[in-house]
Amino acid sequence: MTDKILFTIDGVELAAEPGQTIIEAADAAGIYIPRLCHQPGLNPFGSCRVCTVRCNGRPCSACTQPPAPGMVVENDVPDLQALRAELVEMLFVEGNHFCMFCEKSGRCELQALAYRFGILAPRLDYCWPQREVDMSHPDLLIDHNRCILCARCVRTSQQVDGKNVFQFIGRGTKKRLAVNSRASLAGTDAAAADAAVAACPVGALLKKRVGYAVPMGRRRFDKVPIGSPGDIAPGQEQ
Amino acid sequence: MTRLVIEPVTRVEGHGKVSILLDERNRVQQARLHIVEFRGFERFIQGRPFWEMPVVVQRLCGICPVSHHLAAAKAMDRIVGGERLTPTAEKMRRLMHYGQMFQSHSLHFFHLASPDLLFGFGADVGKRNVLGVAALHPELVRQGILMRKYGQEVIQATAGRKIHGTGAIPGGVNKNLSIAERDELLADVEQMVTWAQSALQLAKDYTLTNLELAQGFGDFDSNYLGLVRADGALDLYDGGIRAKDKAGVVLFDHLDNQRYRDVIAEEVRSWSYMKFPFLKALGPANGWYRVGPLARLNICSSIDTPLAEAARAEFVRISGGKPNNLTLAYHWARMIETVHAIEKVRLLLHDADLQGTDLVTSGERREEAVGIIEAPRGTLIHHYKVDRDDRVTMCNLIVSTTNNNEAMNRAVTSVARKYLSGVEITEGLLNHVEVAIRAYDPCLSCATHALGQMPLQIELFDAAGRLLHRMAKGMAAR
Repeated sequence: MTDKILFTIDGVELAAEPGQTIIEAADAAGIYIPRLCHQPGLNPFGSCRVCTVRCNGRPCSACTQPPAPGMVVENDVPDLQALRAELVEMLFVEGNHFCMFCEKSGRCELQALAYRFGILAPRLDYCWPQREVDMSHPDLLIDHNRCILCARCVRTSQQVDGKNVFQFIGRGTKKRLAVNSRASLAGTDAAAADAAVAACPVGALLKKRVGYAVPMGRRRFDKVPIGSPGDIAPGQEQ
Repeated sequence: MTRLVIEPVTRVEGHGKVSILLDERNRVQQARLHIVEFRGFERFIQGRPFWEMPVVVQRLCGICPVSHHLAAAKAMDRIVGGERLTPTAEKMRRLMHYGQMFQSHSLHFFHLASPDLLFGFGADVGKRNVLGVAALHPELVRQGILMRKYGQEVIQATAGRKIHGTGAIPGGVNKNLSIAERDELLADVEQMVTWAQSALQLAKDYTLTNLELAQGFGDFDSNYLGLVRADGALDLYDGGIRAKDKAGVVLFDHLDNQRYRDVIAEEVRSWSYMKFPFLKALGPANGWYRVGPLARLNICSSIDTPLAEAARAEFVRISGGKPNNLTLAYHWARMIETVHAIEKVRLLLHDADLQGTDLVTSGERREEAVGIIEAPRGTLIHHYKVDRDDRVTMCNLIVSTTNNNEAMNRAVTSVARKYLSGVEITEGLLNHVEVAIRAYDPCLSCATHALGQMPLQIELFDAAGRLLHRMAKGMAAR
């Protein structure tokens, strides 16, 4: 039997299994750390930084950082919440996110985080990028307007589906989601049943013709705010 | 010559202005309603997935988004081959639509039109508003507010939200009506029927008491167009297209919605963002028509609810069985429809089909479809093309207010000629022009697929095109 790693989050004592990251230990203890790119079961990625916590005074991403014995982690503190809110705001203005008609509205983790952080209107200028919608696949679509580059589809396709449908191309502000095909999603082996589709936290990778089948009031985040007790994991929603 | 401008037009939805051209003797030569907004929905929805349409396009409007929601959904039903809805789906949509008709008509009558009707068209502008009505007739305003609220609650129970819901989806609906929702609505429905009847009485009494005024106020012959049920009865949700001429002669009947382009064309004029539709067979000069409550009452053969049918019989009697051509009779017709809508709501609430669970249907896929509905303001046409990848490639919207474009311009001209020629123009006289526009309950936002609340301005120009006079909401004449 290996020794557990004792540390604290906001003063609460936790005992992490060796190999766990801070976010995994927090989830096991019922402590919510906001996150977007993290998904249980996938290798740690650490790209969105929404899960940023302070470990012994230094910022780090809770989804990649393992706890150390005696580590003091700060999570639910005003300056970190403000930082997370700013990251979410940047994601909103960097893409074209029209919640008012997006079919993922009420089921979207980005939108749910914005509500959680009390973001009513962005303080930053919109970028209004020109982005494509790939409707070529018979059962799936990619709306690049809404992609937040979290790589959940990329990693799920590789690590869960055993495929390699998605990849990133370009660097910096030119970085975008691409598919392993000369032309479009239709040329890949992506399928509607792929776990990668359910992994998308926003309305970027969608099953076609599902739309607004779940009525308002019964969508995932209509019931409970993201990160609240009773919230369910992606893929298990109605 | 002088050009007079009313800008913005008030107590209507959207932004518009009126310009009136006077000759050297201050006689009105021409009057026009200009729509000064532009939104471009038809263009920017191109490339979007078709199932988004009912939810995107309803954003044209915050007053009757349900009309756009349902017109688009009806088109999308055909795209997925699901136009034969299940009974639960059709009745849920009808309930949503009647709820909307009830709230929208109530809003117009109590909030927008009643100040003119109760205080007179030229009354003090400080009093001639909904607050003025509230001060003098608090119970009336309370009823108006609660009637609107009730309609919104019907919409919430069927669409998921009071404004901009998602209830109608291609081939059906996404929810039924729970017993709890039904019982909540049933609790107040009798009260709503009673209040709707008293509003109808008010509108009828107003029209009959002021018949002489109404007969000289934007009265003119026109064609009339709208949907009717297979038996000719009024049907606000679905039916074939019927058109009548000024004498009441049926021009065409039960025309398949999908063939609207066989009979209707649109003309563009340089001075307005709003197009001018007309009946092709009669051409742009004679083919213009009216839609909305007055037109629907003029074209239908009957109404299938008893209170509204009794009211219709009285309405028809006034014009001797011929189409009623009075602009001001729109108010009376609108309140007959309000009674009809709440009678329909009451019937549906007692229908067990609304608790059914068979919500969606589909069939053979199509690439082009038209959805037509009778919106509160009149016939609303949505036309889409969708490619094999489910992408919308074409969208054409002919909204109710656009259908009434020529008629509103005629009403403006006629009222301006009668009230503004050769006299010193006052705010009260200019309001007469707005009263004529308001009777049509235009939604200028929808009409240009446009944006915002609806102020209207009036401009007066001389023969040389110099601006002499401009009046606007919250703006002194200049």
